[in-house]
Amino acid sequence: MAKKEYSFYPGCSSQKGASASNYQTSVDAMCDTLDIQLNEIPDWNCCSASIGYAEGGELPRIALTARNLALSEQANPGQDVVATCAACWLSTRESKDRLLEDSQLMKETNEALAQAGLKVQANQKIRHMVEVLIEDFGYDELGAKVTKPLEGIKIAGYVGCQTNRPFGIDGESFENPMYLDKLVETMGGEPLEAYDKKVQCCGGALAFSEPEKSQAMIKDIIESAYDHGAEMIVTPCPVCQMNTEVYQEHINKKYNTKFNMPVVYYSTLMSVAYGKGYKESGLDGQIIRAKKLEEISKR
Amino acid sequence: MADEIKIGAYICKGCGLGERLADAQLATIATRDAKASIAKEHDFLCSAAGVAMIQNDIDNEGINRVAICACSRRAKTDAFAFENVAITRGNLREGVIWVRPDTDEARETTHEMAADYVRMAVVEAKFQKPPSKNADAQYNKNILIVGGGYSGMTAAIEASIAGYPVTIVEKNAHLGGNTAQFYKRVPNHAPYAEPADTGIADMIKTVENDKNITVHVNSRLTKTDGSPGQFSADISTESGSTNTQQFGSIIQASGFTPYDANQLPELGYGKSANVVTQLELEKLAKEAKGSPIKRPSDGKEVTNVVFVQCAGQRSTKEGHLPYCSGHCCLTSIKQAMYFKENNPAVDTNVIYTDLRTPGAGGEDFYRSGQDKGVLFTKGQVNEVIEDGASLKVKFKDLILNEDIEEETDLVVLATGMVANSGVDIEAVVKIDTNDEKEKSPANEIKINVKDISVLNLTYRQGPDLPHLKYGFNDSHFICFPYETRRTGIYTTGPVRRPMDLQQAQEDATGAALKAIQVVENASQGRAAHPRSGDLSFPSFRKEGCTQCKRCTVECPFGAIDEDEKRYPVFNESRCRRCGTCMGACPVRVISFENYSVETVGQQLKIVDVPDEFSEKPRILVLACENDAYPALDMAGMNRYEYSAFVRIIPVRCLGSVNLIWITDALNSGYDGVILMGCQKGENYQCHFVKGSELAHERMGKIDETLKTLSLETERVETHEIAITDIKRVPEIINNMAATIEKIGMSPFKF
Amino acid sequence: MADLNVAAIEKYRNNFLKEVEANVEEGEWVKMCMQCGVCSGSCPLGSAWDHPPQELFMMIRAGKREEVLTSDSMWMCTSCYNCVVRCPRGLPITHIMHGLASYALRLGLAPKNQPTRKFAVLFWENLVKTGRVNELKLGLNLYFMNGFIEGIKTALGMQKIGLGMWKTKRMSPMEFFGGHGCKDAKGLQAILKKAREIEDAKRQKFNS
Repeated sequence: MAKKEYSFYPGCSSQKGASASNYQTSVDAMCDTLDIQLNEIPDWNCCSASIGYAEGGELPRIALTARNLALSEQANPGQDVVATCAACWLSTRESKDRLLEDSQLMKETNEALAQAGLKVQANQKIRHMVEVLIEDFGYDELGAKVTKPLEGIKIAGYVGCQTNRPFGIDGESFENPMYLDKLVETMGGEPLEAYDKKVQCCGGALAFSEPEKSQAMIKDIIESAYDHGAEMIVTPCPVCQMNTEVYQEHINKKYNTKFNMPVVYYSTLMSVAYGKGYKESGLDGQIIRAKKLEEISKR
Repeated sequence: MADEIKIGAYICKGCGLGERLADAQLATIATRDAKASIAKEHDFLCSAAGVAMIQNDIDNEGINRVAICACSRRAKTDAFAFENVAITRGNLREGVIWVRPDTDEARETTHEMAADYVRMAVVEAKFQKPPSKNADAQYNKNILIVGGGYSGMTAAIEASIAGYPVTIVEKNAHLGGNTAQFYKRVPNHAPYAEPADTGIADMIKTVENDKNITVHVNSRLTKTDGSPGQFSADISTESGSTNTQQFGSIIQASGFTPYDANQLPELGYGKSANVVTQLELEKLAKEAKGSPIKRPSDGKEVTNVVFVQCAGQRSTKEGHLPYCSGHCCLTSIKQAMYFKENNPAVDTNVIYTDLRTPGAGGEDFYRSGQDKGVLFTKGQVNEVIEDGASLKVKFKDLILNEDIEEETDLVVLATGMVANSGVDIEAVVKIDTNDEKEKSPANEIKINVKDISVLNLTYRQGPDLPHLKYGFNDSHFICFPYETRRTGIYTTGPVRRPMDLQQAQEDATGAALKAIQVVENASQGRAAHPRSGDLSFPSFRKEGCTQCKRCTVECPFGAIDEDEKRYPVFNESRCRRCGTCMGACPVRVISFENYSVETVGQQLKIVDVPDEFSEKPRILVLACENDAYPALDMAGMNRYEYSAFVRIIPVRCLGSVNLIWITDALNSGYDGVILMGCQKGENYQCHFVKGSELAHERMGKIDETLKTLSLETERVETHEIAITDIKRVPEIINNMAATIEKIGMSPFKF
Repeated sequence: MADLNVAAIEKYRNNFLKEVEANVEEGEWVKMCMQCGVCSGSCPLGSAWDHPPQELFMMIRAGKREEVLTSDSMWMCTSCYNCVVRCPRGLPITHIMHGLASYALRLGLAPKNQPTRKFAVLFWENLVKTGRVNELKLGLNLYFMNGFIEGIKTALGMQKIGLGMWKTKRMSPMEFFGGHGCKDAKGLQAILKKAREIEDAKRQKFNS
């Protein structure tokens, strides 16, 4: 099987010493097994996520992501842009769509980009890593590489918002996407079929500005996983991961709960199932340790 | 045909019947008990060989009554379609082996059940005659259309294309009706974005140039007589001349009258010239011819306009219309576009409580209106008042929950449609003398219907078509569009129910087809819907008749008139063959060749009724063939078991059930009787409209009969059954069996 | 009713709708709302909105300019896009909410102490500096956005989380001193400056 190459947009949270650095670690391990080469977009910048809109406005926000596309076109011509972060993927894909359907916007964006000697065409595909896995590999191929199946672990697939809406993964429904469950099954784990908070919002960026309201929603997400017998939660989004993992102690205090639910990335599960070690799989990045995965990784 | 009755009983052994009923000796029972001339068994009766065997007996053995004891009468009708003989069916499959368990202890009662159905099929055949068709049938291809508006002209053009000559009678001086007053219409094709030409001028031209279509303007029907295939109509002009013509069928497309907006003073109508109805706005738009629309009071160009939806409709207030007229939301969107077309800066606000845009393109047209900047406000308009030269619209914004006043140049009221359905004959002629007059909402709300007859029928039951609801001339809103309760007369367009042009076009095409269909059926003496093709018809023994008029009053289709001595006059081609007259007749003089008091009465009498101590009760079910009998068949198909003590006889309609059958059954020792008919009342499902209703009324008096016989009232039940009540029908039967077990067997066994 | 005032009569016109159409991102969609309320029912923070999206759209059409632009409501949007995928009319509701918030902020009408407003401004300022978000600085700024004393309290409350993040190497104190960033931060800033100029010039044109 030939090596697959993509133009990679890692995003701020994946950087060393940032909140989703463990995501990046596990993605690297997973890509190693799958023989994927990620060519980082040189000098990429922040996408402004779902909060930059207020001060940024429309055109500056689009120019921001357009700069990344322009840099990708220069350095990695012909390659699909792949993001691991939900917000990075959403912002970039949205900008690309807007640029292509609105020639005036394209003109103005290029006018702005010209300030740094750049020009954008925006005709490459913008994909989430999960799309790469499902479309370019497929469940069967992903399953074939499993050496340590995640037997007996009940895992709640928490899809969240931005990998699911407004674009979503091709072929999945907005109300009940199944790909995480299928991935869990492919890795030998047991998906949580009746998980009713699968696409519930965690508050996103408002976890910072509206902590009370957000934590009420996060509580529901974790509680439903517990109620249906999950031993851990898996998610494709750095914000979802962080919000559902780090606030559990706050929530325990406020709601008198006893949550201690590990929240991992799909890439963590895959790295472990592919036989990668504790550190390679990013398990050292768990604030709430995923002990069942640790056991398997040590086997 | 030979007068001698020769019955052939044919017993099928296919579909498991042979195995299950092996020792039942059904052929012997047919000849010995029921006196069939011959009885034959066949392994596969509906096969070509089986059918050929029967046909051979008809051709060579003189068999003229065929009793097929096999599957339900609803199955294999194509195979068992023998001509010029009477055919009956004994339902051994769906009615016996499929509803009984195949066990040793059940075998005896199952065999008894089968034996009874064989006896019943043979004896029914004995008392039937092969129906001979109406000797009086006539073929008249001419179709009369009352009303030359959009619906009437559409029906005329469609009928003419199909080769049927048409005569249009229009009361006004010109064709075109209300549509001719429109500036433009709501579009009827993609992309459903702009108001379109009404096309009415072209339509009038088409009608006027069609040699197959004759138009009488300034004319009315002053007398309509006869029946399908032989209607006679007096067409009278305003000047007084009358000519009488013959028609095969009639389409009533008499349309609607706009609701009288003078009843809405709170909305400023009549107080300010700047409050207009939708129809009046069409006139203003037409006069403007694409230039800015002007305010009626002073001719100022309108810069803002408010559309008030549901003005005097969808309201329970006195004098208002309780129903939705269906077209008004789209009409207001269209009219708002009239203003936007000329000047996009004109403010147009449509104030609605519920926006409804029916039809294929309705939603697209709404979207197009929004896209053009028409404002839509969910609100309830309470008052429109004159304020100097302009108007103030006071309304409650239902989203923001605020009272708002909006100043505007012009207010357009979306008032509703009132059907031009003529005289409400049921209000004029008191049909029922019963004290308990049904109190449905439809009856309580009085609609202001004009009392001028449209058809001037000479029918005994009144000069116009009976109304269904709110003065509209529909027959049945789900199953039978176009049908009215006068055979061969179909309604179409807004006289049938409120509708817009697009719906009226489809509607009128359908009505034209129905009118053609009845012409063809009537010419061959066949019934119209729903017993389409039936050749039987009612006759009566005049010498026994007491002139009680029940049949003439109760016929749901006004098919029976009265002669000068008050004897009934049956207009055969008006008859739908439901048998309601037969059920009504207290002296039992009315019968059909193949359906009579005897054909059913002899069946229930030939059933073997074991004695009181046998612990084998008998339950008679009279089941309507339209919904109840299919439900019973489907219970069999689903293998839902029910009591082996039941004997089921299908009837054409519960309305045809004569009380003598009930008393005969009780006197013969039946332990229980169940009547199964269709839903009655306002949302009736009765295929003959009133049959189920009348049966329930008649059965209301059965308790007295039971008391005189010293029988428990629980022994007789009447149920409303839907075709989907597949699980319920066995329950009803089994509950009756349980009741009998509780109250004991009938003492009337011999 | 007390609300029957002249202002309402004057304002129940298309003017504010037109202002929104011209100035607010995806604002031209506002007129297409059919008031079904699916967006309001689908919003995870629905109960926290004084005026849910459906109502905001109606208020825009009703010309309630002040009430809309000074509202706290659209700042409650978590960008979950539930309303967008469910809207039967296909309105990009999330974007319109973002656009309204951004427009209100630009006009100086957005509520001053709205926490998401503050956070959003901090976030943008943070990212513009180096081209990438510095989570540590953003966090610290966030804690102190309500003043020094409040900040210490919040920071103490969040201490354990910080500690957990630091221990798992998902937060680095080194970020405080410089940290990650784009090499061509200057070029990026020039791009953003130009983009802002173009956008402002267009608004100027409408408002003049």
